[in-house]
Amino acid sequence: MIKARVTVTLKNGVLDPQGKAIEHALAGLGFEGVSSVRQGKVFDIEIAGDDRQKAQTDLEAMCEKLLANTVIENYSVAIS
Amino acid sequence: MKSAVVLLPGLNRDRDMIAALTKISGQPPVTVWQTDTEIPDVDLIAIPGGFSFGDYLRCGAIAARSPVMRAVAEKAAQGVMVLGVCNGFQILLEAGMLPGVLMRNASLRFVCREIKLQVANANTAFTRGYRQHQIIRCPVAHHDGNYFADAETLARIEGEGQVVFRYAEGTNPNGSINDIAGIINDRGNVLGLMPHPENLIEAAHGGTDGRLLFESVLGMAA
Repeated sequence: MIKARVTVTLKNGVLDPQGKAIEHALAGLGFEGVSSVRQGKVFDIEIAGDDRQKAQTDLEAMCEKLLANTVIENYSVAIS
Repeated sequence: MKSAVVLLPGLNRDRDMIAALTKISGQPPVTVWQTDTEIPDVDLIAIPGGFSFGDYLRCGAIAARSPVMRAVAEKAAQGVMVLGVCNGFQILLEAGMLPGVLMRNASLRFVCREIKLQVANANTAFTRGYRQHQIIRCPVAHHDGNYFADAETLARIEGEGQVVFRYAEGTNPNGSINDIAGIINDRGNVLGLMPHPENLIEAAHGGTDGRLLFESVLGMAA
């Protein structure tokens, strides 16, 4: 079994109103000095077998085809 | 003119779209379900609004990968007209049939109100019944209508006249770049827009400004 974590984040320059709202909420809770919050997504994916190279290739294809919208999002794949 | 309406779990404007097409074209559209891999011969395929697959992952993302959307893409490649409204627009973007993306409204609020639309390009099959730059009324109801595209894509669609509708008179409800409310593909047969023209087609709706879009694409506009 291969365990992987895919992280999808907004590209730089893409407005993130949800991140902004969280940033303001953190300030409202008294956390000082928070200068930026960007919201993203994490996917924990388990893949049968032990072919890490194939898993890496498949995971990147999953990101390209579904998990990320590459117009506005970047992704990274980490296999543990 | 024959039409088809795509049905997906979680859509909720399908009945409005079916009613509009029935009333305007005089015959009810056929309906195709998400698992259908073939669409009958029709002149127009409409993808209605709603929250397909609960808007999980991203709006329209799961629907765009459903079997029926492959069939829609094949029909579009053959030149069949395709109209996506609201969630239907989001699905067309996620399917790569139109450029760009729709993000969460800048206000973070769901907006449900009437806005003003400018017909930015009246020289399309969907808008030829309108006058160029005509301002029309249209309702919107969405949480993710904030259109965005990278600078290169934006310059291309603006330059090619692919921006068909813009929010007008300061009524941009979602922060869309360049006030973009609806765009068309480069071939001119796939239109997506966030507002709901199907909800303004008869006197009982309080206006008929949306009717000309259907009459245009159904070949009934004067």
